Amino acid sequence: MAEAKKRKSGRRGSWKKEMTNKELYVKAFVDAFEVEESVLPGLEYTGIPAWDSVGHMNLVAMLEDAFDIMMDTDDIIDFNSFEKGMELLKDHYNVEF
Amino acid sequence: MEYEKILDIAPYSLDKEAKIQCMTKRQADLTLHHFRNCEAYRRMAESVGLNEQELQKFDGTEKTYYDLPFLPVRLFKELDLKSVPDEEIFKTMTSSGTTGQAVSKIYLDRATASNQQKTMVKIVSDFTGSSRMPMLIIDCPSVVKNRAMFSARGAGILGFSIFGLDKTYALNDDMQLDIEAVQAFLQKHAGKRILLFGFTFMIWQHFYQELVRLKEQGTVFDFSNAVMIHGGGWKKLISQAVSQEDFKKRFQEVCGLSNIHDYYGMVEQTGCIYMQCEYGHLHASIFSDVIVRDPVTFAPAPVGEKGIVQVVSMIPQSYPGHSLLTEDEGILLGEDDCPCGRKGKYFKILGRLKNAEIRGCSDTYAEKFK
Repeated sequence: MAEAKKRKSGRRGSWKKEMTNKELYVKAFVDAFEVEESVLPGLEYTGIPAWDSVGHMNLVAMLEDAFDIMMDTDDIIDFNSFEKGMELLKDHYNVEF
Repeated sequence: MEYEKILDIAPYSLDKEAKIQCMTKRQADLTLHHFRNCEAYRRMAESVGLNEQELQKFDGTEKTYYDLPFLPVRLFKELDLKSVPDEEIFKTMTSSGTTGQAVSKIYLDRATASNQQKTMVKIVSDFTGSSRMPMLIIDCPSVVKNRAMFSARGAGILGFSIFGLDKTYALNDDMQLDIEAVQAFLQKHAGKRILLFGFTFMIWQHFYQELVRLKEQGTVFDFSNAVMIHGGGWKKLISQAVSQEDFKKRFQEVCGLSNIHDYYGMVEQTGCIYMQCEYGHLHASIFSDVIVRDPVTFAPAPVGEKGIVQVVSMIPQSYPGHSLLTEDEGILLGEDDCPCGRKGKYFKILGRLKNAEIRGCSDTYAEKFK
C-alpha cells in the first residue's frame, strides 16, 4: 500500500494515464470520502456519513476531473450507488470499465 | 399518488383544473400519512374535525386541497414534528433565525431529501436550462461547514450547487469580497455563461456595494454573461428604499448583469421554490401551490387582493409540513395566464405580517446591520 502510494506520487501528473478507468473511478471515491476501497462495492448514497449531499458534489467534481467530462444534473441525481455511477458513466459518457 | 409520477410532469404544464385534481390526491394522501404517523398532527387535525373517513371525501370535486387543514409555520419552532421513526432521520434542517430566536427544526428522511433536490432541479432548469454553469456563490464558505445540521442558508447554497461547476465563494469568512478570487474566476470562465447565487441582502451589502466602490476606483467587473438567482427576503432593502426594479437596474449599471431571478421559498418546504419569471412574477410549479387567504375569514382571496400566504407542497413525507400558513403577506396576480407562458398561479410577496418575527436567510442576517 505504502509502496503504491509512493509510486503514484513519484510520477506526478502521469499516473492518471497509467491507471485504468476502474482504478480512476475507485480513486475518486476513496479520495472524496476518505474510505477504504473495500467498502465501495454495494455502497449507496448516504450509506456512509461522508456520502451526503456535500460529499456527493465533491465526488462528482472529482469524477469530472478524472474523466474530463461534465455530468448532467439528471445524472448527478440518478447517481445513487457505487455501481449506478459506473453504469451512468458507461452509458452517457462513453467511459468503459 | 407516488411522488415519482408527479416528478415526470413538466413543472409548469398543468392548468387550474388538472392541478386541483393532482394536488388534491397527493395532499389527501400526505394528510392521511401524517395523521397515522405523527401523533401531534393527528390530534391537531382531529380538533378541526378531520378523521380518516372524512379524508375520503377529498376527491377533487366534493372537497379539494383548499379544504385541508394547515399548520402555522411557527409550530416547527415549538414542536418536534416528524412522521418517521428516529432511526430513519438522516438530516435535520433549521431555519435562519436572528440571535436569540427559536429556529424551526425540519426532520428529513432519505426519500424526502432526495425529492427536494429532484424537485428543485426541475423547477430551476425551467428557467436556466439544465446545463451546468461555472458558479460564483455570493457568501462565505463557512456556511456549509456543519454537514449534519444545515442552516437554511447552507441548504440553499447546497441545493443550487448542483447547477454549478468550479464553485467559488466570492466572500471570505469575514464577509469581505475576495476581489482576487472573483477576478480569477471571471478570467478563467471568460465568454461562458456563469451562475451567481446568493441571498438578497448579502448580495446587496457585500457584493453590489463593493462593485460600486471598485468601479469608482476604476476596477470594473463584467457580469453581462451571468444569470443571478437570489432569495431570502427583501425586508432590509425595502427599508433602504431599494425596490426590485432598482435592484435590477443598478446591477445592470454597475456590471452589465441583466438576467436576475428572485425566488421565494422556505426551509419548511425546501425544494418547492417559487422562481421569478422574466416578467417579474413569482410562479407556483405543479409541485406546490400558494393560497392567499383573507386575514379575517381565512377564505381564499381573489386575484388582486392582499392576504396571508399559505404554502402547499407535494413533497413532505418525513414531517407534517405539506400545508403551512406562513407569516407573509402576498397578492395573487393571476393563474394560468402569465405572459411568460407558464401555467399555474403567479403572485407577489409584499413582506412579513406586522408583528411577525423576522425570518429569511437575507433578513435575519440583515438584522445585524441595524
